[in-house]
Amino acid sequence: MSLSARAAGNRSFAVGGLLTLALLATAALSLVWTPLSPYLIDVPQKLQLPSARHWFGTDSLGRDVFSMLMVGAQNSILVGVIAVSVGLLLGTALGVLAAERRGWVEEAVMRLADFTFAFPAILLAIMFTAVLGAGIVNSIIAIGIFNVPIFARVARGSAKAIWQRDFVMAARAAGRNRLGITLVHILPNILSVLSVQVTIQFANAILWEAALSYLGLGTQPPQPSWGRMLNDAQAQLFQAPWLALFPGFAIMLAVLGLNLLGDGLRDLLDPRGTRRAIAAPPARR
Amino acid sequence: MPRTCYAIAAAIAIALLPASGHGEEKKDTLVLGMILEPPGLDPTAGAAAAIGEVTHYNIFEGLTKITADGTVAPLLAESWSVSPDQKTYTFRLRGGIRFQNDEPFTAADVKFSFERDAAESSTNKEKAVYADIAAIETPDPLTVVLRLKQVNANFLFNLGENTGVILEPKSAASDATHPVGTGPFTFDNWVKGASITLAKWPGYRDAAAIKLDRVTFRIVNDPAAQVAGLLAGDIDAFPRFGALDSLKQFQGDARFTVTVGSTEGKTILAINNKRKPFDDVRVRRAIAAAIDRKAIIDGASNGMGVPIGSHYTPNDPFYIDLTGRSPYDPAKAKALLKEAGVSLPLKVTLTLPPPPYARQGGQIIAAELAEIGIDARIEMVEWAQWLDGVYKHKNYDLTIISHVEPRDLAIYANPDYYFQYDSKEFRDIMEKVNTTADASERGRWLEAAQRGIAEDAVNAFLYVLPQVTVAKKGVRGLWRNSPIFANDLAAVSWQ
Repeated sequence: MSLSARAAGNRSFAVGGLLTLALLATAALSLVWTPLSPYLIDVPQKLQLPSARHWFGTDSLGRDVFSMLMVGAQNSILVGVIAVSVGLLLGTALGVLAAERRGWVEEAVMRLADFTFAFPAILLAIMFTAVLGAGIVNSIIAIGIFNVPIFARVARGSAKAIWQRDFVMAARAAGRNRLGITLVHILPNILSVLSVQVTIQFANAILWEAALSYLGLGTQPPQPSWGRMLNDAQAQLFQAPWLALFPGFAIMLAVLGLNLLGDGLRDLLDPRGTRRAIAAPPARR
Repeated sequence: MPRTCYAIAAAIAIALLPASGHGEEKKDTLVLGMILEPPGLDPTAGAAAAIGEVTHYNIFEGLTKITADGTVAPLLAESWSVSPDQKTYTFRLRGGIRFQNDEPFTAADVKFSFERDAAESSTNKEKAVYADIAAIETPDPLTVVLRLKQVNANFLFNLGENTGVILEPKSAASDATHPVGTGPFTFDNWVKGASITLAKWPGYRDAAAIKLDRVTFRIVNDPAAQVAGLLAGDIDAFPRFGALDSLKQFQGDARFTVTVGSTEGKTILAINNKRKPFDDVRVRRAIAAAIDRKAIIDGASNGMGVPIGSHYTPNDPFYIDLTGRSPYDPAKAKALLKEAGVSLPLKVTLTLPPPPYARQGGQIIAAELAEIGIDARIEMVEWAQWLDGVYKHKNYDLTIISHVEPRDLAIYANPDYYFQYDSKEFRDIMEKVNTTADASERGRWLEAAQRGIAEDAVNAFLYVLPQVTVAKKGVRGLWRNSPIFANDLAAVSWQ
């Protein structure tokens, strides 16, 4: 069965992919069009119920919730992409290095990762933004830093397994240097594991960004952010409960979509899940 | 015969029913909601208004009392006389009063307290008032003579603020954690972050008149939790209710009474007068003209609140309405910026502390400033950061804050105050306000003072914070207005 046919048959992958696409499309669309300006304050129109003009109603300053959600998606994706890229690049480099060098380098990298893991991610991010100041850039840095050890661990674990494979032994016997082996044999073979991790970390980054903004440490107003919309809605929970529902659903759907996509990807890329499973390694020559 | 017994028993039971069935256990306890937790409980040592909300009149008392309508009445002093030159005050103290640790209250305690307030190490918010006392004489245990260095027409009012309460020498050092005063309630328990409980003090001079046995101040910061607490019945009354957007639901509910009064909270957009380009009066006037007070009152205060044009409220003596001096006029604001030669867009920071008037009002102001080309970046901070960064180190451009202290025009005479307004002319006016004995002449100087800071657009003056109280039906005696931040529990009872 071809990969595309299997992909269509994998329900997690299909649903997750659709949700993620919707998220990306919303963010892209919001760059050029929103029903109303998310920055337009119109106090007399505050706390309106959803209507033809305001699809998701208005917040306590009369801003259009639907438009704010659209622009908020941009924000979440921006934080997710940059923070995960930072983690992916630095973490993978460290992990692969550790797998290749072994010995004290591996120990040092892994103990450093353990050290970072000892602090709950969100606490670390709060500490970071509290010291450096609140704002979107600092929250990206904080989330990015925590992504590094996660990718380092995943990359090291899978890279070590690849190093044991026969084709790597063969390459070594043929006299290929270790950097060459890492680039040609190791990296391509751990890509599938990493891509699954990317989707999961992306979902986490969106959650963390929302959490930081909820606490007032992330994105600063007037830039809309799902987390801060939740916080604002909290004060009006009795008066206008729908204000909390919409950003809550947005966060839930985005995170659900990315997690399903990750699940689907894992199933698709995991050789054991397919009929070709007996022909063990996804070998490369 | 047994039948009669039953009948009598039933009659007694019925007779008892209404009394016990009406929530008798609630009649002598009260749970009051408050928004901010005080940092300590000694009002003479800290600036937080929350200290007075708990302790003033309840635990601690001063020589005079500021009543609900803002007038001065006797409290620990039963009478006083003022010399013709207004510099010597002779107080006759109430006799037979004891402190809650059983020490007698005498003139020596007054002398001790005021000297402590004026001392080098004093952190009293109104230190200047006490530093201005040249001599304290105690000819007999119930007479105190205060000689002032200069006339202070507000002196009796100052003594009635929570910064003027009388402490007992032996317990003064520990008053921040275990306050001991002369008031009707004693400190019972403080669960940090949650609540402070006071208990009725049987040794109070008029204990029979106090209706409540225990009062718990419950600290509820979150507006949604304030609403939930009242609806669930956990909180009996919330004197400075914060969730103004939710007010409608209490107004339509027969279980609650809602009163809307006023405070002395002058809400302002404070401007750092030393920072460029705000050192130019035209830029400050432009900011004032860019702001639509009505939009802010509607958006940040649910339409409640009186607009002001100076640092003075309509409750204060000799108030003049100066809102007409700085009407909403974006076109004029732009012209002023152009005249001042400011290159647009002007990038500034707008620092916002937690209350809704700042967080909500700040976003409206940022949008209004954007209209005239000022790009205000919002920075949200917690109280500790605000007190340290803005108030102490003056490290800010613009901020929104409410000054709840009554009649505090004098802060503009202090060039070191956080908005750094430095005007010799204004200081001279305040000098006249402070030292003029004749009431109507002093009034003219007070008007000049209000006009002076409005003319100089020291800050953009927004509105007076409303005092909104939501209480269960049957709670009596709470203040409708807040001339000072206090909860006078001696007058509170269940109907």
